Parts: sequence; structure tokens; C-alpha cells
Amino acid sequence: MLRILWDSYSIWWADLMILKHLWQRFLITSLMSPVLYLLAFGFGLGRGIRVGEVNYLEFVIPGLIALTAMNTSFNGAGMKLNVDRLFYKAFDEILMAPVSPVSVVLGKSLIGVLRGLISSLAFLAIGLAFSPLRISFLFILSLLLSCFAFAFVGVLAALLAQSHQDMSTFSRVVLMPMAFLGGTFFSLEHLPGWLRVTIYLMPLLHSNRCLRAEALGQTFPWISFLVLIAFGLVFFLACLFALRRMST
Amino acid sequence: MEAHRSIAATPFIKDPRGMILIENLTKVYGAIKAVDSLSLKVEPGEIFGFLGPNGAGKTTTIRILTTLTKPTSGRAWINGFEVTRQPYEVKKQFGVVQQHLSLDRELTVWEIMELHGRLHHIKSGERRRRIEELLEYVELCEHARRKVRDLSGGMKRKLMIARALLHRPRLLLLDEPTIGLDAETRRRIWQLIRRLNSEGTTIFLTTHYIEEAEALCHRVGIIHQGKLIALGQPLELRLRLGEFAVEVLFDGQVHYHYFQSREEAKAYVRNLPSEIKAIVVRESNLEDVFVELTGRKVEDAENLVG
Ligand SMILES: Nc1ncnc2c1ncn2[C@@H]1O[C@H](COP(=O)(O)OP(=O)(O)OP(=O)(O)O)[C@@H](O)[C@H]1O
Ligand SMILES: [Mg+2]
Repeated sequence: MLRILWDSYSIWWADLMILKHLWQRFLITSLMSPVLYLLAFGFGLGRGIRVGEVNYLEFVIPGLIALTAMNTSFNGAGMKLNVDRLFYKAFDEILMAPVSPVSVVLGKSLIGVLRGLISSLAFLAIGLAFSPLRISFLFILSLLLSCFAFAFVGVLAALLAQSHQDMSTFSRVVLMPMAFLGGTFFSLEHLPGWLRVTIYLMPLLHSNRCLRAEALGQTFPWISFLVLIAFGLVFFLACLFALRRMST
Repeated sequence: MEAHRSIAATPFIKDPRGMILIENLTKVYGAIKAVDSLSLKVEPGEIFGFLGPNGAGKTTTIRILTTLTKPTSGRAWINGFEVTRQPYEVKKQFGVVQQHLSLDRELTVWEIMELHGRLHHIKSGERRRRIEELLEYVELCEHARRKVRDLSGGMKRKLMIARALLHRPRLLLLDEPTIGLDAETRRRIWQLIRRLNSEGTTIFLTTHYIEEAEALCHRVGIIHQGKLIALGQPLELRLRLGEFAVEVLFDGQVHYHYFQSREEAKAYVRNLPSEIKAIVVRESNLEDVFVELTGRKVEDAENLVG
């Protein structure tokens, strides 16, 4: 067990070194889109609109934090792994090392988790200037859980992809619908039943529900919290399976 | 170079299956049999050369031995551990230099080594000492803080060699280790291979430079279209073909003929029709064996390699 964690750290360590070399660029690129969303939807559109009890700005900021966590964790874990595996073959070094598959999946996900956390917390700091959010332990835990779940998705996509193209296809087909429909920008109340059911299958919705409830001081949706854990586990196991299948 | 200090593996208990045992190994990619019922045994302490034209199946074999690829059928062992069933143990036995560069370009030279050392559970003090020693040996010390992306091709390859040695493997698998290296560096690598071998490391290498195989290898195997078509000591294979070669220019093409003795070769030359002028009589070499068996010019093969 200790060995597994230590090996994960070793794998993570290399990614940390790279992050250290390139951190400024990383921070600017990952903050770009949430800040633009905030300007466009929060201020441009959202002044005066109310969603239930709260005004739109307060509503959308926790959602943008979840969205940032999703995108940055996915890209942080997946993009480089994909290139390393298919193009530079640097992933072979990890595959040939005497470490367990669990360490490989965990180790390669951690950089996504870290990057997801950094950029969503940085955005949170910006958000706090405009809207009083309640930051609780459950808020941070839900955020961490979301980062893990989406980092695993990133690793999974990178292990399954046959080309770099596959990666962006995946992100368009899977992540983009979640970004637009997954409860970041609007509440699901007025949607037709079938669409609402579909959206309930999206992990991002559950991140949104958890983060928003905590940030706005509403009742915490424990079901969504559990669903998020379940998604994380399933993605993790899928990564292990993909890793096993890969060496053919 | 510190000749007194060993950088090779520690001695170990001999396994009856040798260092490498391959039994009926087959790998099929769609319609292609990349490796076709290959059987081979390499003993501990050998320098074994694995030769063959492009696409013969050398890299595929090494990928199977290094657990990166699963065989379609057949089995293989490294130092007694079966590659498909005991991958964890197998990974501790070998070090490998792959044919293609396999380095993270964003890391520095030192970080590449450091990562490998951590993955192989080498304690930090020992790790630092070995990294310094190996980087010095491959003359990359001054470049330790540079990123891989800024290195020349030959420097990258030397880094890969140093990395493969860091955990002191008992078996070193080298897939065209000296490709793209300058003549002096190549000699140094040969020296290193010999030194490691004399300290107990088994070497399994592929190369398109036949003179490299002839200079280094105790035994060579020639693989063609996935099948092993010759196996033995370089001299033995040469003698099987004929110790002497006669090259004859005829119709604008060079034809080769082989003879067991110089007298036979001379007799053949004497009886050639007088219009054939350009004739060379020489000792045969491993390249002759290779070309005769695989029906290809080695130079052609060489030019195709990335
Ligand atoms: N991943 C793969 N998918 C499909 N075919 C493959 C794959 N890898 C290798 N092959 C095929 O298997 C055969 C053997 O390839 P291999 O790379 O083992 O040859 P090689 O002996 O290393 O050649 P070279 O001297 O050019 O390096 C070739 O026909 C190649 O096209
Ligand atoms: Mg090859």
C-alpha cells in the first residue's frame, strides 16, 4: 500500500517538475475561459436576472468553479499523457518500471487533480470579489472529488485514444455537452423531463449541485455527493482496464 | 572512467532457463506475422546480436520481452520470470534502450535520470552517486540541467543508455543503440558494452551495423520475416558460408561466390571467361552471411532506419 502511494508520487514528481518549469503559462491559460465566461454571462447577461432566491452572478460562480475543475483536470491529466504515449513514447518509461498499474493510474491523474485545484481555487479567489461565497469543508471536499473524477476521465481518454485527434473529439463529444448543459449556466427546473434525465447522467451536474449548495448555504445534496464518488471509482477502474488492454 | 568500480549488476543465482528463453513466440498484426514461432535461448554472460532486415521482427521481439506488447502465442522468460505472468519481476531484470527516442522532452537530463531511479526504488544518496557517475561516463555532466528538448540526437541517445544502466540490470536490451552516434562515441559505447559484459551483464542487441555485431557479439541470430534463419558464432556462420569470397562484376552487377579455401577461390577466378575484368578475392564476413540469407543489401536497410 505504502509502496503503491510512493510509486504514484514518483510518477507525479516528474509532472510536478514540468509544472514548475511552466507554471505561469499554465495559470494564465487555465484562468482564461472562466474569466471570459464570468464577464460574458455573469456581468453581460446576468445583471438583474434572478435564479430562485439568488441573483445570477451568485448562481453562476460556483458553476464556473466546477466547470474550471472539470476542464483543467481533464486536460491537465490527459493532454500530455496522450502526446507522451503516442508521439514521444515517454510513457513507455513508466510502463516498463516495476510499479503497479494502480500507481500508474493514480500517478498520472494527480497532476490533473493538482492543476484542477489550482485553477479552480484561483478562480474562486476572483469570484469572491464579486459574490459572498461560503467556503466549507464539504465545498473543498466536493471540489477535490470532482478534480479526481475528471482527471481519471482525462487519463482514460489518453489511454484509449489512437491519435491526438481522438482526444479533441472526445473533449467535444463528452465535455462540451456537459459544459453547456450540466447545470453550470442554468437551473434544470424548466427543462423537459427527458433532457433532465440525460443531464442527471452527467458527472458535472453533480459537482455543480454540491458546490453550489455549499457556496450558497443551501441543503447539501448527499445523493449527488455519492454519485460523484461512484463516478470517480468507475472512471478509476476503467483506467486500470484500459491500461491492461493497452499492451497488445 | 573509473575502471576499478563496477557499474554492472551484482552476481546472481543461475536459472536453468538462461537469461532469455523464448519458446515458439508468435506475434500477429492483422495479416502480418511480425514474429513467427521464434525460439531462442541466451545464456547469462553472453553478448548476443539479433540481426535482420527492416521489418524482420526485432523490435517486436524486444517489445514482448519488455512487457510492452503481449504475444499472440508462445512464451518467454527473462532470468526465469515469465514476461506475461510475472511482469513485475521481469521489469526488475532488464534495462532497455529502445530504437526510438523515448524521453520526456520537458524534463532536464538530471530529472530523466532521477525519475528512473525513483521508479526503480534506488535510495536517494545512492541514486545521486550513480547518476553523477553515469552522466560523467556518457559526457552529459555539463548538460545535466538542460532540458531534453535542447539536446542533440546523439546526446539524447547517450542519455537513454545511461538511464538504462541506472538500476544495474542483469540484462541489457539494446535496440540499435549506436544509431546516429559519431564514430568516437560509438567506440565508447562498444567499450562500455564490453566492460558491462565483463562485469557480468548479459547483452542482447540489435543493429544494422554488421561490423558492430562482428566486433562485439559472442553469438548472433539472424531473423527474417519473423523467423530465426541462422544462429551461431559469427566465425562459425562465416565458415558455413565459405571463408573466402569472390566478387565479380558482370552485366553491371556485383555477383558473390563463396569458397572454403583460398585455392578454390583462385581456381574459380582462373577459369572465368577473359572478358570479366573486375574481380576481388577477399575473406568473407558476417555481412556476406546476412546478405546471402536475407537477400538484401544491408546499406539499403540502413538508409531506411529513422
Ligand atoms: N503496432 C504495430 N501494428 C501493426 N504492425 C506492426 C506493429 N509493430 C510492428 N508491426 C509490423 O511488424 C513487422 C516487424 O516490425 P519490427 O518493428 O519488429 O521490425 P524490426 O526488425 O525492428 O525492423 P527495423 O530494422 O526496421 O527496426 C513489420 O512488418 C511491421 O510493419
Ligand atoms: Mg526495429
